Amino acid sequence: MAEVLVVTSGKGGVGKTTSTAALGAALAQAGQNVVVVDFDVGLRNLDLVMGAERRVVYDLINVANGDVKLQQALIRDKRIETLYLLAASQTRDKDALSEEGVRRCIAELRQRFDWVICDSPAGIERGATLAMRYADLAVVVTNPEVSSVRDSDRIIGLLDSKTLKAAQGERMEKLLLLTRYDKVRAGRGDMLSIDDVLEILSIPLLGIIPESEEVLRASNLGAPVTLANAQSAPARAYTDAARRLQGESVPMTIPNGRQTLLTRLFGRRAA
Amino acid sequence: MTIATRPPRHSFRFRGRNFLALVLRPALPLTQWLGELDDWLARSPGFFNGKPLILDLAGVALEKAEIAKLIGDLAGRTIRILGIEGVEASAVDDSLPPLLTGGRTLGAVEVAEAVAPPPSAPAEKAKSEQAAGAPSPSQTGKVPSLLIETPVRSGQAVINPDGDVIVLGSVASGAEVIAAGSIHVYGTLRGRALAGAYGSETARVFCRRFEAELIAIGGYYKVTEEIESGLRQKPVQAWLDGNELKIASLDQTDKETGTWRKSS
Repeated sequence: MAEVLVVTSGKGGVGKTTSTAALGAALAQAGQNVVVVDFDVGLRNLDLVMGAERRVVYDLINVANGDVKLQQALIRDKRIETLYLLAASQTRDKDALSEEGVRRCIAELRQRFDWVICDSPAGIERGATLAMRYADLAVVVTNPEVSSVRDSDRIIGLLDSKTLKAAQGERMEKLLLLTRYDKVRAGRGDMLSIDDVLEILSIPLLGIIPESEEVLRASNLGAPVTLANAQSAPARAYTDAARRLQGESVPMTIPNGRQTLLTRLFGRRAA
Repeated sequence: MTIATRPPRHSFRFRGRNFLALVLRPALPLTQWLGELDDWLARSPGFFNGKPLILDLAGVALEKAEIAKLIGDLAGRTIRILGIEGVEASAVDDSLPPLLTGGRTLGAVEVAEAVAPPPSAPAEKAKSEQAAGAPSPSQTGKVPSLLIETPVRSGQAVINPDGDVIVLGSVASGAEVIAAGSIHVYGTLRGRALAGAYGSETARVFCRRFEAELIAIGGYYKVTEEIESGLRQKPVQAWLDGNELKIASLDQTDKETGTWRKSS
């Protein structure tokens, strides 16, 4: 039974694309058949983060419009056999996507994969609502700061009203992925605490991803962070989140993305 | 080629229907009134977006050209006017919104972006009943309250034009609860609560944890900045004492509050 998961946030730059790639790769590493779909038509990024930008021929719009077969547009990851990418078009805009086309495309992907992970564009307009429309499950990516939390709250409202599940009177499952969490700054009160965010959004927590340079390094390498450096703190946090998605119960650890003073001293000496 | 049969003709039937709109009532001097409107808009940008608005000019005597200019000024603030009331028929022509008469001061505020969660279905029902000409609650003495079991999310508006609103969860920053009667929030109130929205001055706002952006009762309102910060995160109630909007902790009998401010 395929799960269609939308990674969404409302606000831009909080880590939707990073999280899509990392969760997709972690699920694929666990042996699941996964496709990550870039809905950010006109501003595609997922291909870069996945390191597949040189192999994009056809994209989501071509498939949704019925120009090409799904098989022709799917790009297989070079590192993990069960991981595929369906890229967005960079030359079109979000109005080029039709609801019917997206419906057909998602239905077809459901046949082939265990997980269909849709990377939503920022905002609450057509692109974002189409990305969430046919999802079974939503991962709401939020940074621990007020504007991100408020935008996530808005998106949760839309998930409860604009999705097919909501229209059919079913309950849309929503999980919170708290990204760019910095234990030190949260401790100083510069950031919202985990409890504050959970209290405001009142949805279950999927994982806490620490703020880390590894994330930037991985996207510049063109690799999901779970593949680039599997032992890094963010990679472990994403892997735990992926295990929770598969129904495993993994204890929630509050990661500390920063190096301690001691490791920093040693690190410097080694360099 | 000849056409053997004529397409069936539809006879035009006109139906009357009641809708509910916000009424904007300018005061003289207009420049000052527009200034106050700008202040209000600065605090609540987009408040009027997509809301049906009627301009009541009964309080100001304006020439046709002045009305046109006022509507232009409002349009410049992205406030669109649906109709005009309170002027002579001769004061409006085809270039201005149509003249409306016979308005009653009871009705709902329709918020364009309202994404009503499923539990608010009774409100929809209440509204359609009213539109169908059912007796208004004031006539029957029945005041239906609206119970919302889910959190009210940012961007959502919960409206009960007939009575109280009870929210079991929290009201998020950027969300709006509007009630003809009182508002009860058993979670944290972070958004706006507008009780007695259609003029009731006995309505109150209660919440278990107070972090509201704005509280209004019967048209009198306060924004966060004007509310004593000692009340934040406390259980509070707000009520009208004459012309004064008072807010106090539910735990204390302390009735000291800040200054009041009259809306519009």
